Amino acid sequence: MTLLYAFLVGGTLCALAQIVLDLTKTNPAFVMVSAVSLGAVLSGLGLYGPLVEFAGAGATTPLLGFGHSLVTGMMEDVVRLGWFGLFTGGLRATASGLMAAIVFGYLMAVLFNPKG
Amino acid sequence: MTRPRTREKEEYIKLATSFHPPRPILRNALLAFLVGGAICTVAQVILGVLSTKLPRVQAQAMTSSIMVFLGALLTGLGVYDEIGRFAGMGAALPITGFANSVVSPAMEFKREGFVLGVSARMFQVAGPVIVYGSLSALIVTILRVYVFG
Repeated sequence: MTLLYAFLVGGTLCALAQIVLDLTKTNPAFVMVSAVSLGAVLSGLGLYGPLVEFAGAGATTPLLGFGHSLVTGMMEDVVRLGWFGLFTGGLRATASGLMAAIVFGYLMAVLFNPKG
Repeated sequence: MTRPRTREKEEYIKLATSFHPPRPILRNALLAFLVGGAICTVAQVILGVLSTKLPRVQAQAMTSSIMVFLGALLTGLGVYDEIGRFAGMGAALPITGFANSVVSPAMEFKREGFVLGVSARMFQVAGPVIVYGSLSALIVTILRVYVFG
């Protein structure tokens, strides 16, 4: 059942992002950046956590989930370490994704050449 | 004096826009929905498998890393940009699109060298995402913990 919810929620978030892109005539990069910030805000309002419970990867895979992870990690570390957690939590919680992007991104960019 | 010109201008704009093709907003949104939904479903399948062996947070983090790998590989093979051409944000918004935004310019600017070409261009879009994401999260967390906490 979570598979269906993942499809519906993930698809809806992407469709909304596409509508924003078409209506505002900005560029995809701007929409991606806005999505991460929006995810952080929704997480702070306590709305994104329940969405992750409900839709699993349908909520964590879109970039809003990246913003949610940053906030979740910061809050955890603030509880653990006090104010200094603001400087450790965000990147700790997202480290694996960023490291994967650096390692695999570099590897693929070196191995392959652009088509056309 | 100015009135008829304004009306003419309005009529011209009306006429000109009637020749524009209608922006396929609904069609684009549907394609983004289907492709974005499909990518998230793949991620959910991977998450489901990993969840049987690992604690939740670790399974989620590993799923994201695997999706980044898949996005990077498909970009290298030239497949992901084809998907992105018709799926738009359906391909760009998932974390595979984040990987695509890392590999695509890095590959493109390889001829400019491995420092200012490959490694600098990797963060053309990922950099802004990390910067604004981190700053937003910082402000949100401060508000949540110290102002409304």
